[in-house]
Amino acid sequence: MTYQTIDEANKAVAAKIVASSPFLLDVVPAKQVIPVLEGKVLLHAGPPIKWENMPDPMKGSCIGAVLFEEWAADEASARALLEDGKVEFMPCHHFDAVGPMGGITSGNMPVFIVENKTDQNFAYCTMNEGIGAVLRFGAYSEEVVERLRWMRDVLGPTLSQALQTLENGVNLNVLIAKAIAMGDEFHQRNIAASLAFLKEMAPIIVGLDMDDNNRQAVIKFLADTDQFFLNIMMAAAKAVMDGARMIEEGTIVTAMCRNGENFGIRISGMGDEWFTGPVNTPQGLYFTGFTGEDASPDMGDSAITETFGVGGMAMIAAPAVTRFIGTGGFHDALSISNEMLEIVIDQNPNFTVPTWDFQGICLGIDARKVVETGITPVINTGIANKKAGAGQIGAGTVHPPIECFEKAIVAYAKKLGMTV
Amino acid sequence: MLHTIIKENAYQDSVVLMLLTNKISTMDGIERVSIMMGTPANKDIMGGSGLRTPELEDASANDLAIVLDTEDASIIDAVLAEVDEFLLSQATSSNETADEAARTWDKAIKMGADANMALLSIPGTYAALEAEKALDEELNVFIFSDNMSIEDELHLKQKAHEKGLLVMGPDCGTGIINGVPMAFTNIVRPGKIGIVGASGTGIQEVSTIIDKLGAGVTNAIGTGGRDLSEKIGGITMLDSIAALEKDPQTDIIVVISKPPAKAVRDKVVALLRKVSKPVVAIFLGEKPTHHEENLYFAYTLEETAKIAVDLLNGKAIAALDETVSVPKVTLQPSQKHLKGYYSGGTLASEAGMLIADALHLKAGLIKQDGFVLKTEGNEVIDLGDDMYTQGKPHPMIDPEKRIEMIKQAADDAETAIILVDVVLGYGAHMDMASELAPAIKEVKAKAKAAGRELVVLGTVVGTTSDPQNLVRQQEILTEAGVIVCESNNKAVRTGLAMLGHYVNDPDKTITAPDSTVEIAIPEVSDKVLALLTTQPSVINIGLKSFSEAIRETGGKAVQFDWRPAAGGDVTLQKVLYFLNNYKKA
Repeated sequence: MTYQTIDEANKAVAAKIVASSPFLLDVVPAKQVIPVLEGKVLLHAGPPIKWENMPDPMKGSCIGAVLFEEWAADEASARALLEDGKVEFMPCHHFDAVGPMGGITSGNMPVFIVENKTDQNFAYCTMNEGIGAVLRFGAYSEEVVERLRWMRDVLGPTLSQALQTLENGVNLNVLIAKAIAMGDEFHQRNIAASLAFLKEMAPIIVGLDMDDNNRQAVIKFLADTDQFFLNIMMAAAKAVMDGARMIEEGTIVTAMCRNGENFGIRISGMGDEWFTGPVNTPQGLYFTGFTGEDASPDMGDSAITETFGVGGMAMIAAPAVTRFIGTGGFHDALSISNEMLEIVIDQNPNFTVPTWDFQGICLGIDARKVVETGITPVINTGIANKKAGAGQIGAGTVHPPIECFEKAIVAYAKKLGMTV
Repeated sequence: MLHTIIKENAYQDSVVLMLLTNKISTMDGIERVSIMMGTPANKDIMGGSGLRTPELEDASANDLAIVLDTEDASIIDAVLAEVDEFLLSQATSSNETADEAARTWDKAIKMGADANMALLSIPGTYAALEAEKALDEELNVFIFSDNMSIEDELHLKQKAHEKGLLVMGPDCGTGIINGVPMAFTNIVRPGKIGIVGASGTGIQEVSTIIDKLGAGVTNAIGTGGRDLSEKIGGITMLDSIAALEKDPQTDIIVVISKPPAKAVRDKVVALLRKVSKPVVAIFLGEKPTHHEENLYFAYTLEETAKIAVDLLNGKAIAALDETVSVPKVTLQPSQKHLKGYYSGGTLASEAGMLIADALHLKAGLIKQDGFVLKTEGNEVIDLGDDMYTQGKPHPMIDPEKRIEMIKQAADDAETAIILVDVVLGYGAHMDMASELAPAIKEVKAKAKAAGRELVVLGTVVGTTSDPQNLVRQQEILTEAGVIVCESNNKAVRTGLAMLGHYVNDPDKTITAPDSTVEIAIPEVSDKVLALLTTQPSVINIGLKSFSEAIRETGGKAVQFDWRPAAGGDVTLQKVLYFLNNYKKA
């Protein structure tokens, strides 16, 4: 140990989170920054998983990605390719990346590049496709693949070009601080941040030398996509948490993610090691015609937002969505956020929440406190249909299984010399 | 001279920055100051106030720009420190609501930033550790929990004493802190009498009689039953006496205990001789034959209360008139025995003591299986004894066992008199009189049918301010045929008189001290004095109803919904302990 106590180590990790400065620099094809994607490799959400254990929507996403990458011409041959083990699967997290829901990321999908300038580390995330039939929820129809092509050929390059005009990219702390004051919690609700991002981009995009139809389509897509900022937030949170976990001591949770089979967490003192437990199924509200029976088990790397302190951890920041995510309203959101204070070591003064009397967002989930109290972090999430291709059927909240945290602190105690 | 400080990438809302500007402008040596985000519009505004500096041009819209007009460049560090502190503190100001509960010490302390006491009612095996944490947080501790080892008790009390804090309990059932009731307590009128007692129902009986006599209580401090044992040595008792001596609102000090170990008794009495305020002491079970100058020894709890009130009113202390009016009852020759079924342990002890005294019993006073007295058909039982409460509610809450005992005793043709108590206050049953009344009516009717008159004597420990209302409870018992007396002392003496037995009460004269033990008055810390003289702010760890009672009576309480760490998993608890206490070698 470099630090005298675990509290000291945890404070150092938290201080790095507070000191972080994520900037959105560019949008590029994934393989350009994640070389492993040059091969027949797909990245997925959560800790490592085998094809046969993937939930159906994640398999659907894989089929869509194979079709998009033109590794197969139709669904049947795509499925055969995947089942024959011709495609390798690796977690996004192992390549500085995060992916929403299924998290399926292939070489030609455009990804955001976010740099945490404080620690000079980078993080990547695919772009949000909007709502309805979308790859992240397991849809792989021609419409879905066609949209991915458009994002590859038009949206990605346009945003890249726009971002290149900025000397230092977009300062994301500023956007986040503004949008949290406008009622975003950055997991279920990103509309303020998405519009603030559009506000930054629109004046530049209108001045770019490009096809006018494409220009109009890009602006319309950004204006229509309320959750566009979610993926930027995910990359920002990943960049911040990866910067913070350069301190390889302490019990601060540095990643939370799910792959439909297992929920995985990392803690600062245990580096890259995953501590897993079977995922839970989200509780929440369903679109007309669907029930909990139709819900897929929990998926996605988006819980990196909660790890950073937003999302469900900052439920109180977004009164507008507290009903939608299945709570009883403002006072429930207040008690949820207050309860979350029990398992974090501090509050982040950079992001104050007006509806919380200007208290800062939760800072540094301490795995010890989770185990001690039995209070697990609350994660806001979308709910996918358990059948591939049917897309999103609702939204709600989900909790990690406590055994992830138990395993993590036991492993760390052993590492520090305890005989358990 | 203008100074410019740019904090890069430090976005803050404009309202926050206006508040910050106002704050910094009040610092000594600052002529003018403006703090804004470095947007073009803001730069223009700063230019308008003559604060546009060349360095300001370098600030971007994402940078926090501070422009200071001061002749004293050395102040800049202080300004920056103030800025950082302000930005941090606005982020951690708390807005917790009253009905919210904490689950960890961190949050409990945050919610109860001004807390001065922790009230513990969690299982005894965990209580020592949590009490220790409370002491580490500089809190006085009230331990309602029982089953704590005497070693833990000693350790906690020594630690508290060294830190200038008070540990009340363990197994402390009752307390009044600056007028606010703690745990199982009556609402007693605020007044000038301070009580420290090693007995819960003893404190309740004395304080409610004080209330009935029109006087009131400042503080009632419970020490826990073992405090005056040789091992503990009266740490809490001695510190509490010293605290009441210093408490400006307390004029009279009352000390309640069972007879302690000789060495401890000598210390306590030596301290009582030393304090300047008049003292009434009762060592329940001892029959005092004298008083000392400014130190009065009582025989019964009622006498204790009466002497205290007389002292308060400046009256000379004379022997109490203990004559009782004996109601007309016709007992059969077979009816010879008294049976007492108590929910209050000290009341049971007092009954046993008086009966043994009047009957000149050499033996019979015992302490086993809940019996306080058992001889030749007479019996007094403390139904609050562990023997009756294992896995069952306390008889102050649950009437079942008592009803069973009453019925059993009534069937015995030799039973003449049944003695009962009803204890009111927070935590007690909301209408115990109505629970007991039908059974009492039934047994009296049954005895009558068998040609006997069965006497039931009772006392209600409570005040008219108690949630159950003293008067109503007395009425219900009276309607059921109970002879309700004003104190336990009176109830027992009435019963004895019906059987032709009387307690001899000698006049007490003032005599010189019987020992020469010297003791210094312990130091009283500001924290303990503040506890006794200000509205208590409590972190209540355990029973939620205790929080509610404190809030209802004007105190502050943070509810700490305590649960065993890691759901009670011992291995994980050890892991947590290891990690929490890990220190780099």
